[in-house]
Amino acid sequence: MSALFNEITLFSVISLGAIGGVAAIILFLVAQKFRVIEDPRIDKVEELLPAANCGGCGLAGCRALAEAIVKAERLEGFHCPPGGNDVMQDIASAMGWEAEEADPMVAVLRCNGSREFAPPKVRYDSAMTCAFAHALFAGEGGCPYGCLGCGDCVLSCGFDAMHMDKETGLPVIIDDKCVACGACVKECPRNIIELRKKGKKNRRIYVSCINEEKGGVARKNCKVACIGCGKCMKECRFDAIRVENFLAYIDYEQCTLCRKCPPVCPTSAIHELNFPVRKKKEAVKEEG
Amino acid sequence: MLTVSGSPHFHSTQSVSKIMYGVVFSLLPAMVVSFIFFGLAAVLLTLTAVASCMAFEFLIQKYLIRGPMTIFDGSAIITGILLAFNVPSNLPLGLMVIGAAVAIGMGKMTFGGLGKNPFNPALVGRVFLMISFPVQMTTYPEPSVLSTQLTDVVTGPTPLTLLKGGIARGQEISEVMSQMPGYTDLMFGNMGGSMGEVSAIFLLLGGIYMLVRKIITWHIPLAYLGSSALFSAVFWLISPDVYPDPVFHLLTGGLMLGALYMATDYATSPMAPKGMIVFGVGCGLLTIIIRLFGAYPEGVAFSILIMNAFVPLINRGLKPKRFGEEQKNG
Amino acid sequence: MGGVHPPEKKFAEKQSIERLDPPKMVVIPLSQHLGVPAVPVVEKGDQVRCGQLIAKGEAFISAHIHASVSGKVVKIDQVTDTSGYRKMSVVIQVEGDEWEDGIDRDETLIKECSLDAGEIARKIQEMGVVGMGGATFPSHVKMMVPKGKKATHLIINGVECEPCLTADHRLMIEKGEEIMVGITIQMKALGVDKAIIGIENNKPDALAHMKKLAKNYPGISVEALKVKYPQGAEKQLIKALLNREVPSGKLPIEVGCVVHNVGTAFAVYEAVQKNKPLVERVVTVSGSSVGKPSNFLVRIGTPVSALIDAAGGLPDDAGKVINGGPMMGKALNDLEVPVTKGTSGILVFTKKESFRPQEQLCIRCARCLTICPMGLEPYLLAVLADKKRLEECEDEGIMDCMECGSCLYICPSGKPLLDHIRVGKNRVGKMIRERNG
Repeated sequence: MSALFNEITLFSVISLGAIGGVAAIILFLVAQKFRVIEDPRIDKVEELLPAANCGGCGLAGCRALAEAIVKAERLEGFHCPPGGNDVMQDIASAMGWEAEEADPMVAVLRCNGSREFAPPKVRYDSAMTCAFAHALFAGEGGCPYGCLGCGDCVLSCGFDAMHMDKETGLPVIIDDKCVACGACVKECPRNIIELRKKGKKNRRIYVSCINEEKGGVARKNCKVACIGCGKCMKECRFDAIRVENFLAYIDYEQCTLCRKCPPVCPTSAIHELNFPVRKKKEAVKEEG
Repeated sequence: MLTVSGSPHFHSTQSVSKIMYGVVFSLLPAMVVSFIFFGLAAVLLTLTAVASCMAFEFLIQKYLIRGPMTIFDGSAIITGILLAFNVPSNLPLGLMVIGAAVAIGMGKMTFGGLGKNPFNPALVGRVFLMISFPVQMTTYPEPSVLSTQLTDVVTGPTPLTLLKGGIARGQEISEVMSQMPGYTDLMFGNMGGSMGEVSAIFLLLGGIYMLVRKIITWHIPLAYLGSSALFSAVFWLISPDVYPDPVFHLLTGGLMLGALYMATDYATSPMAPKGMIVFGVGCGLLTIIIRLFGAYPEGVAFSILIMNAFVPLINRGLKPKRFGEEQKNG
Repeated sequence: MGGVHPPEKKFAEKQSIERLDPPKMVVIPLSQHLGVPAVPVVEKGDQVRCGQLIAKGEAFISAHIHASVSGKVVKIDQVTDTSGYRKMSVVIQVEGDEWEDGIDRDETLIKECSLDAGEIARKIQEMGVVGMGGATFPSHVKMMVPKGKKATHLIINGVECEPCLTADHRLMIEKGEEIMVGITIQMKALGVDKAIIGIENNKPDALAHMKKLAKNYPGISVEALKVKYPQGAEKQLIKALLNREVPSGKLPIEVGCVVHNVGTAFAVYEAVQKNKPLVERVVTVSGSSVGKPSNFLVRIGTPVSALIDAAGGLPDDAGKVINGGPMMGKALNDLEVPVTKGTSGILVFTKKESFRPQEQLCIRCARCLTICPMGLEPYLLAVLADKKRLEECEDEGIMDCMECGSCLYICPSGKPLLDHIRVGKNRVGKMIRERNG
């Protein structure tokens, strides 16, 4: 017992205790001085957000969105793409504000220049990044607007919703996983990927090409390029299609998914997704 | 079909495996010498080390990392040889396998493999063995030319253990030195010690080959050897009775091996020449401090590992001089 | 500091410059220079004569473009050029070979120049002279020294450190006298009394020839330089000749130097003394399997394929065709693209030479860092650029990189260092522009 209370032990306990006490006081004072008072609602909102930090809302992350929402004291103008309307509704009911209904969106690849339709004319042998390939040349297939196939978009996807198809050399977007955060849209150096309305039952019609070259030039590189012939525009009864710079574009707000335009496209550049198979009569029309 | 690629369109003929096999080639003279001095045991030990290093790298690459196969780029072979060089030749082969597992598994592949490891894998293996199996790791066989004996070899102290013991007993340095082999023997490696570290002159030969082939630059070896010589000379000049002369330090222990092969390891040494010199000097100082004042007789492995830890800091702080950074017009 | 030693492979160094006939059709891009594209002043269907102005460079950094042949303008449209993208170009169907009046096509040397500095600069601008080394910076802009700066030296770049290329080498041997007069004119325009011609030691004949000629021209000296790449880069050349370091992000005039290529000096001579616009240039056509490596004097706008045909045709094992030198040139994906003012060479690589080495893990050997002529850390920049850590890229000096390619050349792991650095440079440049508004 006496060993426990000898001089060394006593000295150590006292000195360490004193140091600890002083340190505690300093810490306390500093904590008082630099205390940040945060709105507790920020935490509440953040908890409701999906914590994906994808940046799809246009802000740095979920925390930033929560801060912005609380600061604005309203929900108009804010939307969390991965959370969708459900999450926005939750926040609205928790905060007692109104939430805007936003149409669910999905990323769409507007290029169909696969190896089959736009056969490679040269071999690319450099860093596998579209950013560099874009600066270097027009692409293996020769189309200066088309997909370069290095997969920068796939790498940028934080939701595992994309992968490269080895056969076609094009990225594939998995609708169910895509939350329309827009990361791939920003990443693509050629702006091929577009966020479009998801549509009823996931049905979509869009022009799968962004080539603005003259029809003949575009066709030379790619069999399925939009040549800007305008047939689809004439066919459309809802004014949803416009042709500019030899390129047709379908406005998804106007489009009623009537399926009239895809068959008239001479280069099959208009894609329709998730529709039931066409009846035979229409298929014949497509060929003719 | 034409190829399109970014400039430049010329590429040097150097490749990773050419560099690695260059290092292996430069290690051959020292290896042959250790085979001569330590006989069949050394041959078996080296083969075990190389084979198990390659095997562990293969297994980890295949089943854990699932990356491209890298066992034939030569880096695992170097780790194996260096690991064998760093242990006594009579080390049980089972321990060698454990050492290889630690060197490759813990020292290298944990961090992602070639070029990503912060610590020299061979030294990680050696230090692990040193701490875990101190007896086996410090029973050094006496050199006996072309021996085929595998067990019951004659063991004896290394010059550095003699030195440490002598200092501990308070002996005069001249008295300690009288029990040691002469400088010629030290130079050619006729002394007790780890398998590959004994022959200073043949290691130096390999080092010169690497310098000529531009595999390594002069910065680290020169800074390391120079600073340890200088630092030990300071002590020697202060009190020649207590401290041995710098030549003794240069020729004994793993200093040559460390300065030429371990410290110059690409991944674990600084990138910029300035940083290399700081790194080398740091290694030199630590080695001499450990040798003269530390608990272990030899300090090369520890000093290099300690300096390895400083490499990221050195890389951050000591950058190459940029063109046009300082305006000096003449 | 730094530098690499790629194999020289100067196959065409003994071949005299050969004049090629104009092709049937030329494509003259409106953007052959650094800066704003020129604006066409002719229309479809117009008859033009060789040397006639067809597009005006109206912006401050831009250059005039002249018809390189006589004939009819077939179209003014987007045509694929050496960049691999389609750019506005004037396409001329060749009919005969008629030249504009007032162009002196005689080979006799005219030494005296009576124009003053301003007139010389104007003449150079009128004749559309741009940097012939490859950067194609409009020459007249370089002739105007900004206010507050003073030029002390004119540096003439005869280094030609790119392997394979021999165009400047041949030009120095065959048109040395004209180059000297061109330099004298440039010195007058700049108001400097000293000019230094830098030539690498691997061209002893050109070196001896120019040294001999320089004796007759006061103020001009010739310096031999160590063979290394990139010795001919502007900043490295000034450092080697005058031991002055151009500060990061600044132009050579900051240290009192103006750098021109020997080809530019020759073009200046022709523009000022012969009234001849820049409508033709010397192009090296070479490669290890090319039948007849040559140096051709060709009209701007001639398709690359015509040059290759003249040099013995495209070899069967051709795997890559490069516009420019092997270190900084651009691989072509189409052989019908035209020769422009900046085309110093057309190189044909065999299939075997075309491949990049297999990419491996970085072993941190520090070779890239040792050889970087700008003292940068390519391995670090490549990683930072790949990870889009742009602010750090900027701090590490990514904008100082001149894309010489030494790092990618030396890398034993075959890492596409320069590819990533280029992407990073683009992004950092964009970031800086956005920051500055």
